[in-house]
Amino acid sequence: MVETGHFALVLAFALSLVQMLVPLYGARAGNQKMMAVGGPVAVTGFALTALSFAALAIAYASSDFSVASVWENSHSLQPLIYKITGTWGNHEGSMLLWVLILTFFGALVAAFGSNLPATLKANVLAVQGAIGAAFFLFILATSNPFTRLNPAPIEGRDLNPVLQDLGLAIHPPLLYLGYVGFSICFSFSVAALIEGRIDASWARWVRPWTLVAWMFLTGGIAMGSYWAYYELGWGGFWFWDPVENASFMPWLAGTALLHSAIVMEKRSALKIWTLLLAILTFSLSLLGTFLVRSGVLTSVHAFATDPTRGVFILCILTLFIGGSLALFALRASRLTAGGLFHPISREGALVLNNLFLTTATATVLVGTLYPLALEAVTGGKISVGAPFFDLTFGPLMLPLLAIVPFGPLLAWKRGDVFAAAQRLMAAFAAALAAMLVTVLFVDGASVFAALGVGLAVWLVCGALTDLAVKSGFGSVTPAIMLRRFAGLPRSVFGTALAHLGLGLTLLGIVGTLSFGTEKILSMHAGETVELSGNTLRFEGLYPALGPNYSEDRGRFVVIGADGNAKGEISSAKRFFPVRQTTTTESGIRTIGFSQLYLSLGDEGNDGSVVVRLWWKPLVTLIWGGALVMMAGAAMSLMDRRLRVGAPSRRKKLVPSASLS
Amino acid sequence: MTRKQKRLSVIVAGLAFLGAATGLTFYALGQKASYFYMPGDLATATVQPGQRIRLGGLVERGTIERGQGATVAFSVTDKQKSVKVTYTGILPDLFREEQGVITEGSFGPDGVFVADSVLAKHDERYMPKEVADGLKAKGVWQESKSE
Repeated sequence: MVETGHFALVLAFALSLVQMLVPLYGARAGNQKMMAVGGPVAVTGFALTALSFAALAIAYASSDFSVASVWENSHSLQPLIYKITGTWGNHEGSMLLWVLILTFFGALVAAFGSNLPATLKANVLAVQGAIGAAFFLFILATSNPFTRLNPAPIEGRDLNPVLQDLGLAIHPPLLYLGYVGFSICFSFSVAALIEGRIDASWARWVRPWTLVAWMFLTGGIAMGSYWAYYELGWGGFWFWDPVENASFMPWLAGTALLHSAIVMEKRSALKIWTLLLAILTFSLSLLGTFLVRSGVLTSVHAFATDPTRGVFILCILTLFIGGSLALFALRASRLTAGGLFHPISREGALVLNNLFLTTATATVLVGTLYPLALEAVTGGKISVGAPFFDLTFGPLMLPLLAIVPFGPLLAWKRGDVFAAAQRLMAAFAAALAAMLVTVLFVDGASVFAALGVGLAVWLVCGALTDLAVKSGFGSVTPAIMLRRFAGLPRSVFGTALAHLGLGLTLLGIVGTLSFGTEKILSMHAGETVELSGNTLRFEGLYPALGPNYSEDRGRFVVIGADGNAKGEISSAKRFFPVRQTTTTESGIRTIGFSQLYLSLGDEGNDGSVVVRLWWKPLVTLIWGGALVMMAGAAMSLMDRRLRVGAPSRRKKLVPSASLS
Repeated sequence: MTRKQKRLSVIVAGLAFLGAATGLTFYALGQKASYFYMPGDLATATVQPGQRIRLGGLVERGTIERGQGATVAFSVTDKQKSVKVTYTGILPDLFREEQGVITEGSFGPDGVFVADSVLAKHDERYMPKEVADGLKAKGVWQESKSE
């Protein structure tokens, strides 16, 4: 089975070369047959990659330690679920997952692209094939997951214990669906540059892909953040770690792309900019892959540090980013500029959004790369962390968030700020009220905290205002309003949900950072501690045995105001003998939207144990907001306008007419 | 305003915005980035009390003292010099004697380094990169430590 997987991988590499060269040549020569090769090859390539991935997963599931990657990252005593998720919990397997998703998206274009112009489809698949070829070669040459060991070891070295977690099962696939999803936008952009032609149908195709990629990336980042929050036991949800930034930069750029693609689709303006943004977004995804996979950074993600891998990915990076930008420089002037608009208009608002988001992306990029550059040039080692980003990223985000509710209320071409402001009066009043309540009634609230709460409420109410205005609130009877509301385009709901989710996430962040409390103390069994109105009694440490670890579980009882136990929280220190590693399992109890979080420290000589306790108000909203944003993207995808595949199937005779 | 003037004013405003952002970024890099030192580097570098730095090295054998509550004191060494560090909080799971560690914080007036965060290795196979590089540069790196 392992050899089958290896062979399938080599075949997939060969097919990606075919996919790269044949349709590209066919599109240049006007050869229909050669152009048509792209589709079936892309689908077959995906099938082979899937076979290869399945072979590796089976090797992991059956603990086949004759495979080097399995030996290094698995153990026969691991629960089956972690044996399977271990498939992508290591460098080789995660790269295989990366190409699996890449070929999956290529196959989707092949399957649903029947109404695309033939040359565009051929070029898109060729570019997609080129990316695939580069990464297949990378895997086969430097990180082959199917390398055998002879003689086969009897037992494996276990998966890194912090990765033995359900969050890890979901985080990388979601993140990669996002990262790699932007490859489609990239391929469409490069294909448009190769053709020297770009029209509204191009935007109509690119926008759904951007939405899909953005949706998964949002989920992947949120999941990663939640995983770090509960698994690392530090109680933080975002560390501005370079690896986190690596996924955050494509998200910021992708958000900008999402918005500029709207302008391009509706008004056929900002064409060249959208194209550039699509290239940049995927370039940042590639950069993220480089940062995480090359080992230039030390982190839980940098599974292995092998310099040849870093150099190889750097070459891929240079080739694709440099190549596409050079093509852009050569060809962009050929593309025709689009429609004009007044600065104060929906377009204008979206341009402002892009200005802020791309600048914010640039500050994150500088903060992430500067330490690497400085070390390479002078050898000085610095770390750029939260203080830097608070000072640069923060001031850029505040005004952007403040203008978000205006955007959807402005008309295309020429808008009226005052009319929009009038409609937002209620939202503004709600925000002001929230700020006042925060300042007056919450102890220890700073001005910034009140401002943050106000901004979050402003975003949430602004999104609701948008829906109310568009369904005719105040000017029609409730019955008609309800009917209009139900009849609103799905993309309007999508926008409102996404902006509402953003407000919820902000509320969660402000709540946790501004009103959270924390205590570190050493406790004996039977002692109680009080934190922000919650009383906890430490019951003691109880040893227990897991499948591949032993643990000391500290039990705590939450005591209500009446003195009775309301529930239990437990946190454990786990020891994994194979890797001689200890991990902390944090204990979390959700109360409303807030959480009580505790983690255990070292045991003292007198039987006491160090306990760190946090009260995290509204913390769940951080990830809940991300879920709402994802729902917004999904809603927008269901918009009739964007359903490219299904409705136009029957009209195959006039493929281009159905798009324009 | 003519169209040309309008376009010019938009471009100027955009550039001013970018300029402000760039200025802020470089100011923040100067002020908010914290430098990495090993104990032996501190003799030549001038680090003011209160200046935020990251101090890395090995946890010296036999120096870990648990104080009141959750306060811990230990020494960080690069086998040439060592610096006393105090920290209140929960130490990372992989914090042990003779292991690589990075602490972040600042020197108090008494010359004791007060750390507000302590990072150890994520995994028993790896040493924090800065510490490994530093030890290699000082020639006290033992290859066996990496495994």
